[in-house]
Amino acid sequence: MRRSARELEAVGSAVKALPKAPTGIAGLDEITLGGLPRGRPTLICGAAGCGKTLFGLEFLLRGASQFDEPGVFMAFEETGEELAQNVRSLGFDLDKLVAENKIAVDHVHVERSEIEETGEYDLEGLFLRLGLAIDTVGAKRVVLDTIETLFGGFSDAALLRSELRRLFRWLKDRGVTAVITGERGEGALTRQGLEEYVSDCVILLDNRVREQITTRRLRIVKYRGSSHGTNEYPFLIDEQGISVLPVTSLALNHAASEERIATGVPQLDTMLGGEGYYRGSSILVSGTAGTGKTSLAAHFAHATCQRGERCLYLAFEESQAQLARNMRTIGLDLAPWLKKGLLRFEAARPALYGLEMHLARTHKLVEEFEPRVVIIDPISNFTGGGSERDAETMLLRLVDFLKARQITALFTNLTSGGDAWESTDVGVSSVIDTWILLRDTELGGERNRALYVLKSRGMKHSNQIREFIITPEGIRLEEVYVGPEGVLTGSMRAAQEAREKAAATVRAQEAERKQRELARRRAALEAQIAALRAEFESSEAEAAQVIAQDRAREQTIDAERAAAAKRRGADAPVANRKRK
Amino acid sequence: MTTRSSKAQAGPEVDKWNLRLYTAGQTPKSLAAFRNLKKVCEEHLPGRYSIEVIDLMANPRLARDDQIVAIPTLVRKLPAPLRKIIGDLSDTERTLIGLQLRPHQDR
Repeated sequence: MRRSARELEAVGSAVKALPKAPTGIAGLDEITLGGLPRGRPTLICGAAGCGKTLFGLEFLLRGASQFDEPGVFMAFEETGEELAQNVRSLGFDLDKLVAENKIAVDHVHVERSEIEETGEYDLEGLFLRLGLAIDTVGAKRVVLDTIETLFGGFSDAALLRSELRRLFRWLKDRGVTAVITGERGEGALTRQGLEEYVSDCVILLDNRVREQITTRRLRIVKYRGSSHGTNEYPFLIDEQGISVLPVTSLALNHAASEERIATGVPQLDTMLGGEGYYRGSSILVSGTAGTGKTSLAAHFAHATCQRGERCLYLAFEESQAQLARNMRTIGLDLAPWLKKGLLRFEAARPALYGLEMHLARTHKLVEEFEPRVVIIDPISNFTGGGSERDAETMLLRLVDFLKARQITALFTNLTSGGDAWESTDVGVSSVIDTWILLRDTELGGERNRALYVLKSRGMKHSNQIREFIITPEGIRLEEVYVGPEGVLTGSMRAAQEAREKAAATVRAQEAERKQRELARRRAALEAQIAALRAEFESSEAEAAQVIAQDRAREQTIDAERAAAAKRRGADAPVANRKRK
Repeated sequence: MTTRSSKAQAGPEVDKWNLRLYTAGQTPKSLAAFRNLKKVCEEHLPGRYSIEVIDLMANPRLARDDQIVAIPTLVRKLPAPLRKIIGDLSDTERTLIGLQLRPHQDR
């Protein structure tokens, strides 16, 4: 699928030579690589009620209001007033555009019972009317809805065919981009085989019901001179008109943020390289029933709001009130965020709409609310709204959509339990950046929760299995005990921890005792040292005294000797030195 | 309806027939239509009709206002109700039926 998207891109640049008129219809210009063939007629066909008229109208209205290309709407079925009413609900003011001379509406009323055919005729009147309308507004676009009605109004089918052929040629000569709608016929695209005349571009609209859920699809049957997406693309009609949803986005060029955001559970942040998730990444929390997926999601929502960012929470299993109540019991009060407008809940049963409607609804909510974080809880229920394959492509598109807007997305997924831990029920693992697995462990008559990070792109993450405990104060992650008997959780872990704690206490007491002994011995030693020092000091003082007395005595003797020598006239100093 | 039709066969209750022929230029079909119309009127409504030929080439707005698609189109404005007859009026029988100058065979 992605390959074909690349192909599209490659070829798209090569065929820019063919001028195209953008429709402005969300998604369609992507598929047609620029719009409808400019200056040529395009056939839009499909069964009743599949949106042909709206398609034509939107092409005109957007042309007039967005691309400055005035248009003519020639209605064979509805009157101008009816048309105006139809588009008013889509936020377009047809009357205003008509008043501004940007759009001309001509209602062609042909009623067979009012007409008598009396010989040869042609449809020159139609040409004149169309020509007048085109000239009045300077039209670049023309919609004929539904020209086949003429076959009901006139009996000469051969003449009509040749006149239609002439009309389409005339439209080409006028250089207007035309949209011709046609009702789908038996075994052919249109009842009157219009596809034979309008062969430049044919778009088929389809409205299918499967398992009571309607899905509209669009397919480009033919686009002469241009490549185009060949898939069937789901589309929807809502208050914003038609939006076609490309099956995958054409490019994988979303930016990658370096910013990290907290998960709401500090220990989980630690496990994810100490900083939490990457901003703009997609996170999958999968696990069996009752493993705490919603609680983990709610923590993330809480953390998001704490940062002052908006969080959109799409709940598919619980109502807002129920979820808020349940989260209060684990210490998460989400009410203030709801009141502040930072948190928005959208709860609906997945089976309420088809997948495309869900996707479109999410698109719309995201555009409106501009959240930084989107939580979808859970995605597994989507398979109820379509086939698994459908759900997969839908999620793929959703992830692409959110990534392109740098919105962090957290999905929860209910796995069926048992065997396939590491495969998602909805095969989205390839688009998931961080995958957290919650699981049950049954051991020692208990069922405990465990959490581990299966993968986390672009960060060093813990390889540990942690015990996941939901307390009245929120989620806590405990180290699990890994021993010879395997992983211990719950009370067995607690018992093991208690044993370890007891042993540690004993060890601590022993160490303390040794410490005290050492201190005591040190004190004794120091006392001894002090006594010895005192003893030494006293003898030292004594010795000093003796030395001082000796020195005094010697001085006295020296003085006496000097006096005697003086009396004898001897050379005292020398004698004195000799004596020494 | 039956009584009305029998009267119509004899001639309508209104004195004045107001007919409009829409053409687009002087095409052979338009010219033929005018010729044929003139003949029918002279035959069935002598002195009681007026024909207004409108060339939509010169006045295309009227094509929209009067809901004209096929050319030539003959419109019976009066007597009411409004009737539309398309083609060159070469089929006189159908022209008379269309103008309600003769009861409709099918009805």
